[in-house]
Amino acid sequence: MMGNVTLLEFLSMGREVANHRPWPRYQLDAKGWRQLAEQMTVSNWEILAEWGEPAEVHVLLRGEDSGAIAVASHPCPDGAFFALGQVRPAAIRLERAIRDLWGLIPEGLEDQRPWLDHGHWRVSHPLGHPRQYDGGRHVYKFLTAEGDGLHQIPVGPVHAGVIEPGHFRFHCQGETVVRLEERLGYVHKGIEGLLAGKPILDAARIAGRVSGDATVAYAIAFARAVEAALGQDAPPRAHWLRALMAELERVANHLFDIGAICNDAAFAIMLSHMGALREQILAANHAIFGHRLLMDRVVPGGVSMDLDEAGRQRLAALLPRLRHGFKRAVALYEQTPSLLDRTTGTGTIQGTLAHRFAVSGFVGRASSRSVDARRMPGYPPYDDLDFTIPVLAEGDVHARVQIRIEEVRASLSLIEQILTGLPGGAFLTALPMRAGEGVALVESFRGEVAFWVRLSETGKVVRAHPHDPSWFQWPLLEAAIEGNIVADFPLCNKSFNCSYSGHDL
Amino acid sequence: MIPPIAKMLARHLLRPHTTKDKFNPAEAALRELADSLGLAAQAKLGRSLAIRAVDAGSCNGCELEIHAVNHPVYDLERFGIKFVASPRHADVLLVTGPVSWNMAEALRRTVEATPEPRWVVAMGDCAIDGGCFAGSYAVAGGAAAIVPVDMTIPGCPPTPINIIAGLLALLEAVDG
Repeated sequence: MMGNVTLLEFLSMGREVANHRPWPRYQLDAKGWRQLAEQMTVSNWEILAEWGEPAEVHVLLRGEDSGAIAVASHPCPDGAFFALGQVRPAAIRLERAIRDLWGLIPEGLEDQRPWLDHGHWRVSHPLGHPRQYDGGRHVYKFLTAEGDGLHQIPVGPVHAGVIEPGHFRFHCQGETVVRLEERLGYVHKGIEGLLAGKPILDAARIAGRVSGDATVAYAIAFARAVEAALGQDAPPRAHWLRALMAELERVANHLFDIGAICNDAAFAIMLSHMGALREQILAANHAIFGHRLLMDRVVPGGVSMDLDEAGRQRLAALLPRLRHGFKRAVALYEQTPSLLDRTTGTGTIQGTLAHRFAVSGFVGRASSRSVDARRMPGYPPYDDLDFTIPVLAEGDVHARVQIRIEEVRASLSLIEQILTGLPGGAFLTALPMRAGEGVALVESFRGEVAFWVRLSETGKVVRAHPHDPSWFQWPLLEAAIEGNIVADFPLCNKSFNCSYSGHDL
Repeated sequence: MIPPIAKMLARHLLRPHTTKDKFNPAEAALRELADSLGLAAQAKLGRSLAIRAVDAGSCNGCELEIHAVNHPVYDLERFGIKFVASPRHADVLLVTGPVSWNMAEALRRTVEATPEPRWVVAMGDCAIDGGCFAGSYAVAGGAAAIVPVDMTIPGCPPTPINIIAGLLALLEAVDG
């Protein structure tokens, strides 16, 4: 173990892989990988993503203080690797998934239960060395809780509301939740398998459907990773139009979620009000860009359509209406004590836990983590725009709502700045055909979306890995509900609004 | 001071609201139903449908538009169509997403838990044929790969207007 060493200094002991952009990738042997794990016990390096290949495991790391980002890779031909979940609990589920998909064994990991593989695929390790699997039932052992008067409440995968499927196992004593355990993976669609071998534009379509509510963010992340791999930047106007769409998506999602959180506290008028506000954005999206959720509008090389003057004016006219309606909603939220009573002090995440899980997005920012990919590492056009990143320390449902309220305000201001400063020129550029590897980090409304790609000389995706911020938020939801009453679970859950599809892949 | 909620309620009561008014049942969906319903079309549901949404592997895009039809702007409930919390209360299962193998059993059981007469509507391109996820080791295909489907609503995702037009077609048909 070394004392004061930066992430890049440490990794440079490995072999640097050529043509990996914009951040370097280093290959570590078994000894180096183990040293990395040991070093992580004394450093504050954060795991941003971890994924596999048939005989290699990769981890995307950020040196917290410097903000330096790099990929560490560990070839493991013998099919096993030292599990980083031993030093970073956030990696546990990622490594269980790596075992399910690629068949690489995370050595030393206490929890060796399968995660995404429920025993229904008819094939084991589908992305590694697939073997036909005759079915047979997987019995999933839930963690237990012992004590007087404990009972279990199983919920899902089909939930009562219009939401995605997943299973929640509550252990309760009376009304109080003693332990919640999530079981996810129900909507696993094999996205990484589908991306491999696809031409870039076909893959972009799938990338935009990893998580439908964050389609713009995923499309930007994929496009930026491809552009990095090819060493070909998108034109400036494309960057600005991408940011415009990303901020529209952020506002639309935040509005709806704030309404839905209040609805889960039985305050339905807020959902109606926010639904009507949100509809104005989606209707404008449809009129201007031809798609309500802006799917397939961001493509590698730029954006697939331009914003004309009529569209610009329509958006500019929309902003004051949104601000006005939003101001009313915030006043309603802040001046309804019965509502605040439900959100304040409910579902608290301590800052220490948030840091341990390197959680991003509003969940992190409500628990004292000031991370935002738009600022660090940053990407255009955000360095030319003025915005604040709200941070609170309380970590409860109320704090998450407040962060989102502030982010709506910031995004509306960003949209205004973009509409004023939008540079002219092309909005799409042709991409060269060459091999390379690229990675990108983009701030979705939920948090940091990472995308890694490897391209072939024939313009196809060899391998790609999308990483959703929910991977690190889901485990914290288990912590947030502990000691709260069952009736507050919908409230806590909605205040996180983790993605099932983005997580299950 | 007048509390904000009183102001907001008064405004909603006194002023014209934002609901869109013109909807016609989808022609294509009506034809599709005429074939699939047959005798079941005589069932009397009193122009009221209870729908249970089942996400069988969707990206969540379709769910966002289902939420949108329930908002005041589209206000699906005024047509007598209501989303319910349990398949046991439902006439219609609205299936979204390609059916992932991990959800196949849950979808099958949800359909079984829905009392007859029942209709299964596959909503969105993925639920129709697997969409861009077809061919994966983890995906069974469209909803019809696992359960019988009576009607489809295409789109990625279908717009609220398409969803309402499709459901109105169902309402017309089952009304006999």
